[in-house]
Amino acid sequence: MSQTNVAAPGAEASAAHASFWKNNLRDYGLLVSLLLIMGFFEIVTNGVLLDPVNITNLILQNSYIVVMALGMLLVIVGGNIDLSVGSIVGFVGAISASLMVYEKVPYPPVIVLALILGGVIGAAQGYFVAYSKIPSFIVTLAGMLIFRGLTGNMLLGQFVGPFAKGFQAISAGFIPDFSDFGILKAADGQDQFFTLTLLIGVAGAILLIYASTRRWMRDHAQSMETEPFPLFVGKNAIFAILIVGFSYLLAWNKGLPNVLVIMAALILLYTFVTTRTTVGRRVYAMGGNRLAAQLSGVRVERLTFLTFVNMGVLAGLAGLIVAARLNSATPSAGQSFELDVIAACFIGGVSASGGVGKVMGVVIGAFFMGVMNNGMSILGIGIFWQQVVKGVVLLAAVYVDVYQKSKG
Amino acid sequence: MTAILEMRDISKSFPGVKALKNVNLSVSEGEIHAICGENGAGKSTLMKVLSGVYPYGSYEGQIVFQGQERRFSRIVDSEHLGIIIIHQELALVPLLSIAENIFLGNEPARMGVIDWGEAFRRTRELLAKVGLKETPNALITNLGIGKQQLVEIAKALAKKVKLLILDEPTASLNETDSDALLKLLVEFKGQGITSIIISHKLNELAKVADKITVIRDGATVETIDCHVEKISEGRIIKSMVGREMSDRYPPRTPNIGAPLFEIRSWKVEHPQHAGREVIKGVDMNVRRGEVVGIAGLMGAGRTELAMSVFGRAYGRNVQGQAIMDGRPVDVSTIQKAVAAGIAYVTEDRKSLGLVLSEDIKNNVTLANLPGIAWRGVIDNHREQKVARQYRELLKIRSSGIFQKTVNLSGGNQQKVVLSKWLFAQPQVLILDEPTRGIDVGAKYEIYSIVNDLAAAGKGVIVISSEMPELLGICDRIYVMNEGRFVDEMPAKDATQEKIMASIMKQYGVAA
Repeated sequence: MSQTNVAAPGAEASAAHASFWKNNLRDYGLLVSLLLIMGFFEIVTNGVLLDPVNITNLILQNSYIVVMALGMLLVIVGGNIDLSVGSIVGFVGAISASLMVYEKVPYPPVIVLALILGGVIGAAQGYFVAYSKIPSFIVTLAGMLIFRGLTGNMLLGQFVGPFAKGFQAISAGFIPDFSDFGILKAADGQDQFFTLTLLIGVAGAILLIYASTRRWMRDHAQSMETEPFPLFVGKNAIFAILIVGFSYLLAWNKGLPNVLVIMAALILLYTFVTTRTTVGRRVYAMGGNRLAAQLSGVRVERLTFLTFVNMGVLAGLAGLIVAARLNSATPSAGQSFELDVIAACFIGGVSASGGVGKVMGVVIGAFFMGVMNNGMSILGIGIFWQQVVKGVVLLAAVYVDVYQKSKG
Repeated sequence: MTAILEMRDISKSFPGVKALKNVNLSVSEGEIHAICGENGAGKSTLMKVLSGVYPYGSYEGQIVFQGQERRFSRIVDSEHLGIIIIHQELALVPLLSIAENIFLGNEPARMGVIDWGEAFRRTRELLAKVGLKETPNALITNLGIGKQQLVEIAKALAKKVKLLILDEPTASLNETDSDALLKLLVEFKGQGITSIIISHKLNELAKVADKITVIRDGATVETIDCHVEKISEGRIIKSMVGREMSDRYPPRTPNIGAPLFEIRSWKVEHPQHAGREVIKGVDMNVRRGEVVGIAGLMGAGRTELAMSVFGRAYGRNVQGQAIMDGRPVDVSTIQKAVAAGIAYVTEDRKSLGLVLSEDIKNNVTLANLPGIAWRGVIDNHREQKVARQYRELLKIRSSGIFQKTVNLSGGNQQKVVLSKWLFAQPQVLILDEPTRGIDVGAKYEIYSIVNDLAAAGKGVIVISSEMPELLGICDRIYVMNEGRFVDEMPAKDATQEKIMASIMKQYGVAA
């Protein structure tokens, strides 16, 4: 509690550094844990985990979880929860599939309709939460039952598919590479190396380093509080190595999956929204202290409503990704996804009481779950034991959070 | 008569403040003993020491009850001896029945199974004793506040009360209910139950009290025996407020300009109880460069008035006119009120003023995010510059602008809230208890900020329960009581006695 007078600028700087470490320890801890668990599975699976084919799989399997976790982040940070996302995935997939397969609607308008449908479902639930003041747990529990039921009614146990190639490409497609244009083609009998993928990876890493260095220099020049230099270098080096490394691995398989491009774009967008926009700032303030935010002029009802609309749109997108990946709509598509999404958020350091959480944390949390799923599947561990392990990890992650917080 | 209770040389300190200084209280068996004093004088603290809320060891001094020294470590210990305290905020569970509430934690049970027949029978007896005509299974939420008070007393009787302590029991009651309650106390007296009653309403005390003890600044001033001398309002008021003024306030040279903000016949109803008027027609104005105070006791409706003006953040069915710079303004939502140039610094900074999980920077800019953003995108550098500027201007002691507000001291937290509203560039600032729980040094700094704001041509409205503070920093003072402005005076003519007298006048005590 007690704050001593801070006189010397040197003392202030070192105090700022100390608090920086403390505030960000969790982020780095999470990243290190992810690297450790990846290393662990890489060893016990004899190198299967980081096999190029498996890396592609890992990304495809987790893409929809990451997409929805971005929306769930805003919902939970705003002080609510959404249990209905898994059912929305199934419902949007079923509607889209029916339109394309039975009504022969071409896929581009279907994609637009699916996103709008997701948004409308989110708006309906958001209305009850924000304006009717019904707890989000109840509203979305109802939504979960309703849309799962509607999906089942519509499909009546049938698989609806297959879809046009263009639609499948959302999940199963890869970005075109030089080889598609006859350049840098592999010799017969040799594996094709997708050079563009690697180049994009390298460019991404350079861009990241350039942008963050520029920001760091500018902050430092204006004597703003910056992260300590070694930490800054280390963090960026790790990210750059990861990006280049993964793009290299992907380049040995089929190149850059389309869905990874979508995912990366969304991650950048939501990082920007949460850290740099007034809307994002207000969501955090609302979750941190709803009354104080309200008395500071934040329209909390409207904002809550918008977080649900946003969640709905992302769930709709996830529905498309899932349908495209399975090449059909099934009654059980998206079942219990909500739990994976929510778990990813909490492992990623989002506070259940609202107001705290970061995009990077949630993404890492999602991949943490993904790597565990994938690694245990490769090892042939039964699905039920997988659930036990995931449950333990979730509890442990949140326990560490709470423990850290109680220590101050 | 023998003393049932003696509290000897009780002292109690909180971090940074000494709440009680060698207080002595002697209560005789079977009397009604009143305790008077200003808000914050230490009345409630004293009662909390007595009932064991503050356990033995956390205070100095001796409590002698029924001839023996007692050392309570929990509330249960004092309750076992029959010392029952009924707090101002009633501690009843709204959705349980009268019988369930009366025997909550004290259920007549055999092997953990509640004997409801017995509970209902005894509840009926107790309700008859306190004169409440309700069935034992009526829900608390359906009872009026007066009846709830009676249930609390019945609950005390169920615990075989010897010493009943009532903290402002009639503050929220109407006259009929108050009279009934006081009559009940007199009846109890006949049955040998001793009562301590804390109240501001001197006329009521005059009716029932045997002795009145006055507490000021954490010390006993005197104990008046009502049977020996006739109590006079002036005497008690002087006793309550008579403290010396020193220069705890920065010098102020008012430069008062044109009328800035005004409300006319402002009426507000209670948010839950439609039709119950909380603010009953208030007219108020503030000029440029003027600091206007609103004095009053707790529950007078000052916070409710301020919040209803600030975008109807309180109440329903708000009626009245708001005028800014001679033109009517719409203050029907918080956004509109802020846009109209009104800022409200809440009384409760932790739960209403700050987002504690966020740092100083984010809190400072929260009320005026467009001021640091371009098309919804925050300019980090401008934001940090703003935060740093206010941190320096208001001397917020912290490790930097990235320090979480939860870790700041009360005074620095208050400065962050003030910064937030200063950055919103308001014309009129309403400060609700701006110095509550803040040490003297920080208080002085906040008074200086108020001075600077007025000097910059803003209108400042200060709500405070500390009368010396209002006298020290205001140009003009409104006195509020029970939802109305009962008086208005220039600060230079005002005295604490005068303010207290205008409040008391309402209760019809002859001076």
